[in-house]
Amino acid sequence: MWDWIKIVALGVIALLAAIAANFAHDLAYQVHALIVMAVAAGLFVWTVRTADNPKGPAPTGYNDGVIRAGVIATTFWGLAGFLVGTFIAFQLAFPSLNFEFLQGIGNFGRLRPLHTSAVIFAFGGNALICTSFYIVQRTSAARLWGGNLGWFVFWGYNLFIVIAATGYLLGATQSKEYAEPEWYADLWLTIVWLAYLAVFLGTIIKRKEPHIYVANWFFLAFIVTVAMLHVVNNISLPVSIFGSKSVQVFSGVQDAMVQWWYGHNAVGFFLTAGFLGMMYYFVPKQAERPIYSYKLSIIHFWALIFLYIWAGPHHLHYTALPDWAGTLGMVFSIVLWMPSWGGMINGLMTLSGAWDKIRTDPIMRMMVISLGFYGMSTFEGPMMSIRAVNSLSHYTDWTIGHVHSGALGWNGMITFAALYFLTPRLWNRDRLYSLTLVNWHFWLATIGIVLYASSMWVTGIMEGLMWREVDAQGFLVNSFADTVAAKFPMYVVRGLGGVMYLTGALIMAYNLWMTAFGKRQPVAALTPAE
Amino acid sequence: MHHYTWLRAFADSWVLLLMFAFFAGVFLWAWRPGSRSAHTDAAQVPFRHDDTPMTDPEDRT
Repeated sequence: MWDWIKIVALGVIALLAAIAANFAHDLAYQVHALIVMAVAAGLFVWTVRTADNPKGPAPTGYNDGVIRAGVIATTFWGLAGFLVGTFIAFQLAFPSLNFEFLQGIGNFGRLRPLHTSAVIFAFGGNALICTSFYIVQRTSAARLWGGNLGWFVFWGYNLFIVIAATGYLLGATQSKEYAEPEWYADLWLTIVWLAYLAVFLGTIIKRKEPHIYVANWFFLAFIVTVAMLHVVNNISLPVSIFGSKSVQVFSGVQDAMVQWWYGHNAVGFFLTAGFLGMMYYFVPKQAERPIYSYKLSIIHFWALIFLYIWAGPHHLHYTALPDWAGTLGMVFSIVLWMPSWGGMINGLMTLSGAWDKIRTDPIMRMMVISLGFYGMSTFEGPMMSIRAVNSLSHYTDWTIGHVHSGALGWNGMITFAALYFLTPRLWNRDRLYSLTLVNWHFWLATIGIVLYASSMWVTGIMEGLMWREVDAQGFLVNSFADTVAAKFPMYVVRGLGGVMYLTGALIMAYNLWMTAFGKRQPVAALTPAE
Repeated sequence: MHHYTWLRAFADSWVLLLMFAFFAGVFLWAWRPGSRSAHTDAAQVPFRHDDTPMTDPEDRT
């Protein structure tokens, strides 16, 4: 019966999408309607062919299929996102890479949101979904709730990413940073996200382990808060049901404040709370010892979620936003430094008594450097939120460097470590294909980040100082073009950092592929350098 | 504007007090007597059920 309901629904969706494609007002909307039509029609055929097949006994054990798919998707989107990021880094250094024949699709303005969304939402999002499914099952000692709903979350989320990515290239954007997708993509993501919440919460509710492990608290805070942020920041009215354009309901400074309340908490809850959930599981597992202080992890959790939500206004210093709101955001950002470092110390001290693992275990080393970058960027961020520092750093590439030391260092490294941890376990291998390649990945990525962050510090502070430089009569000394010319060498260095980071990720993809699908060959464990 | 004034006054008095009290309560609760053994047990959760879900609730190894 359920199969037949699905068949009717999919048929109706395919038909409506075809009608929408026919009446579409703009190209992006038309392409999206065709994508939806193709997906619905494909699922329709597949459901018809498999309908009324005899169902086997209900599966038991952990649901790992969807996690395997998530590991593959994370790796793929990571490579795509890093590649686009490296390319646009060189577009900034060499503007002729904005090819004439790609104008309107492949120029910097179109590719930049493609890069940010690919790394944050496609790479990071898939990593969060698959690791949270892995962790919530193991720490609840229960199978994933909802049967195939987990698969709906995975495919639904990746469909959202395809819609978002093609939309950016074709110019469908509501011009909100990290929230660029237009109204129908937002609605679809809301449905997928509620399904994600249901699967996660359902598994927690039917858990066999009496205590809810702290990693699950972080994941739950991430899922619930992102749902709230997404819905409020995307309140908009479509101009037409057959077009991608929509109009924001908030306007002016209210809109700016809602956007950065969303934007900073996307950092706080998507890129921090969710990834801390990964940290609180994978660091103890890899170190083979429990978290340094469980009490501290509880304090870390509550302090983080109580403080982060207020920090957004620091993105709007020296704007129409009232000063008191900016001061509020600044104060909370600075207070936030403490729980962040508490969490970092908690992760690092888990290694106490086992520090030798840093020499022998390159995966552990990735986790440690990731915690190091977490600590560094959560110190740099509060500092940059101070109004006086912000007057120098805002609008400069210092901000870009800060974001990337957090994203490449903290989010990237902990995700790589998690992928290296998960792949042998999910494909029933006793070890990774090669630890030497993990070592190569580690050093390429680390040196790449250092090149990236240091070149952006230099160029950011330089351009900040050049912009504010005035002569004895009070006239500005430098034109904007002067600052752009002065930044060229640092832009090249930044691009090279990106090349190294991308190369490391390619090595990882090869290593993971050989681990999961390659022929086995015995590899000796690394011996410490004496 | 009337709603704004009223909500603003409520937010920076009672709601502030409630949130701060909750926050302080979390600290006190974490350090309550007897929490150490509960926390030691909770910290071991990741090391228990790597391969299969728990079937027998008595079996917490």
